[in-house]
Amino acid sequence: MPDVTTETLSVARTEGGLVKTEEMLLNMGPHHPSTHGVLRFILKTDGEMILECKPDVGYLHRSIEKIGELMTYQGFVPYTDRVDYVASMNSNLAYCMAVERLAGIEVPRRAEFLRVLVCELNRISSHLIAVGAMAMDIGAVTPFPYALRERERINDLLEEICGARLTYNYIWIGGVSFDAPPGWLERVQAFVESYEKIIPEFNRLITGNKIFVERLRDVAVIPAAMAIDYSLVGPNLRASGVDWDLRRDEPYSIYPELKFDVPLGHGERGTVGDCYDRFVVRVREMEESCKILRQCIAMFPHDQPDFRAKVKNVKPPPGDVFVRTEAPRGEQAYYLVSDGTTKASRVKIRTGSFSAMAITEEISIGCMIADLIAIIASLDVVAPEIDR
Amino acid sequence: MKPLLDSLAARLAAGDPNLTVLVYATGMLVFCGVVLMGFVAPYAGVTSFIERRIAARMQSRVGPNRVGPQGIIQWVADGLKCILKEDLIPEEADKALFRIAPYLVFIGMFGTFVVIPFGSSLVISDLDVGLFYLLAITSLVSVGLIMAGWASNNKWSLLGGMRSAAQIVSYEIPSGLSLLAVVLFAGSMSVQGVIRSQGWAPHTWLVFQNPFLFASYFIFFTAALAEGNRTPFDIPEAESELVAGYNTEYSGMRFALFFLAEWANLYVIGAVSAAAFLGGWQVPPAIPPAVRPVAELLVFVAKATFGVFLAIWARWTFPRLRVDQMMEVCWKYLVPLSFLNIVGTAVWMILFPKGALTAVAVSVVMVLVALAVLALFVRKVAMNLRSSDGAISLNPFV
Repeated sequence: MPDVTTETLSVARTEGGLVKTEEMLLNMGPHHPSTHGVLRFILKTDGEMILECKPDVGYLHRSIEKIGELMTYQGFVPYTDRVDYVASMNSNLAYCMAVERLAGIEVPRRAEFLRVLVCELNRISSHLIAVGAMAMDIGAVTPFPYALRERERINDLLEEICGARLTYNYIWIGGVSFDAPPGWLERVQAFVESYEKIIPEFNRLITGNKIFVERLRDVAVIPAAMAIDYSLVGPNLRASGVDWDLRRDEPYSIYPELKFDVPLGHGERGTVGDCYDRFVVRVREMEESCKILRQCIAMFPHDQPDFRAKVKNVKPPPGDVFVRTEAPRGEQAYYLVSDGTTKASRVKIRTGSFSAMAITEEISIGCMIADLIAIIASLDVVAPEIDR
Repeated sequence: MKPLLDSLAARLAAGDPNLTVLVYATGMLVFCGVVLMGFVAPYAGVTSFIERRIAARMQSRVGPNRVGPQGIIQWVADGLKCILKEDLIPEEADKALFRIAPYLVFIGMFGTFVVIPFGSSLVISDLDVGLFYLLAITSLVSVGLIMAGWASNNKWSLLGGMRSAAQIVSYEIPSGLSLLAVVLFAGSMSVQGVIRSQGWAPHTWLVFQNPFLFASYFIFFTAALAEGNRTPFDIPEAESELVAGYNTEYSGMRFALFFLAEWANLYVIGAVSAAAFLGGWQVPPAIPPAVRPVAELLVFVAKATFGVFLAIWARWTFPRLRVDQMMEVCWKYLVPLSFLNIVGTAVWMILFPKGALTAVAVSVVMVLVALAVLALFVRKVAMNLRSSDGAISLNPFV
């Protein structure tokens, strides 16, 4: 990436003298094929070089936080599906954990296993969308249908267990809504086994492709300090080399019993924290999720049939709670304030995409328009998660 | 009007030689246009269908299979739909230029068919400067694209138009220089002359004459892909970046014309590379003269279709380059390499004169090497098929 700032460009423009050039104000989105939903960027460009990039968010705002204050605790669970519909199991989990901690509800061990199983399956499917869509944004259409094909198999598995394919409403306060149907674990195992063979195939198709690497390496480098300053989370943070994963560092559910690695960005083909690192970290995380799934299946408590705690009207004592979990798009945190009634008096959701959106303003200066597409894809922002 | 027609009729009856030539020329023009249109439009249409099917198979999808048996007339349905759609012109657009642009693109593509042969006798005009004419007339496409981008009055379209201008102007140099090496070796600039300098057997094809011409083939093909706006050089219409680039604002038949030109251009790429490097329409002398024209036509179209398939294959495999990287590929690698090819070919012609035993030996060795590479490729594909868990269906009719 050329080292260009707004100042150097404007100097070059005025010194040239003969040809009159001017900046172009370009409106990217909300209807644009690669903005992953309804995002809008207001770009100021010099030809194709971006001088200024202002993300404009809010097109998908649905007042989910306010709805949370008007619904009972249980009634709000389906709404959390819509916070990040690409990984709604993880949204369910974050909210339910927050309420359980606030109300002091014990979750049966079988439910914890089922939760981790569906969350990791959902993490794989979410990352498949991320890496597939990223390849498509770079111009390689072929990997995307392959990613979607695998995602369909995960959707089939999740449909078997909860009846839905996108917005699951599976994780309930106190446990999960249904037990795993007979043979489900074996089918998950079969999926993991075949899927672990697909990942190298996918890597052969796109990850090592010369053009793909050249498009992504050294583009939009986010150094570790900057990532922390902008409070990036999840794979975006780890790609910058910051070793931080809530599943390991602030463990919840049954994660302390599981062994898995946390993939970090190493600057494999360029600088640490470039777009390529963010891509590779996601591919590696899918491999780690496969490991977790295998362990969960092996350790599954078949002798404990209880999959849901007896929970009637949830009425937590007055107080507040802040719970964060590691969702595919980084930390998803719920801050709940209870006033002792059946409805929360304040719900605040903190999502990874929002902070990822903020950093685009700084890292896209001096990039080409084509790079901005790569940046959006590599940060894996999902519009509903930004706006809620 | 009537006096003019009367005088024309009178002169025709009197046998005015100038007028006879005019009538003859007009008749030929109409005839050729009809015949070519009868070839170009269906070929482009069928190519669009085949490309979609190939892409689908590559992506483990089914592809269009509803219209007609196996979806084979999908392209007719698409064309009809485009004709029936409203031809929308944006309020703020430069209306005249906006209307003309698709025709310029189409003419630029269609004009190349004047010199592209279908057989030893099946050619509209065997121009002495055929290859030069090819390079010149394809430039009209870039004028059309810039015009489309500019006249749409849409910033994304403008970016697409600018990109295509930069791209076509740059890539014409390596593609022209590669053809120059061919001209040097074949000793002729006419397309038929280049083909006549080759034979039907692979070791007489120009691509296997010496390593420099072999490199020229790939440089030409790459540059032609770039000129034809195909992935990995499809940046003027980069769907995920510029929405659809220069044709964002087009609809209906004008939109269809752009795509007709794109797919017909694929045939042009394949045909020119077949003519210049792969022996063109040359068939074995054993074939009886009665079926010769048909055999030549089939051989030529088959070779051109091979090029078309290569382009389709590349499109659905590679990601897209960035603008600056595309320029880098052209100016830092392809242009110097193609200059080297010209010098190399010239030196080679002196060191190994045509027809000498050494020259024949070199081409035979190159053919053998090419066969070995092909065998390696087939083996690798078979290996991949085995390791892919049997999830790939090789049946083309699903």
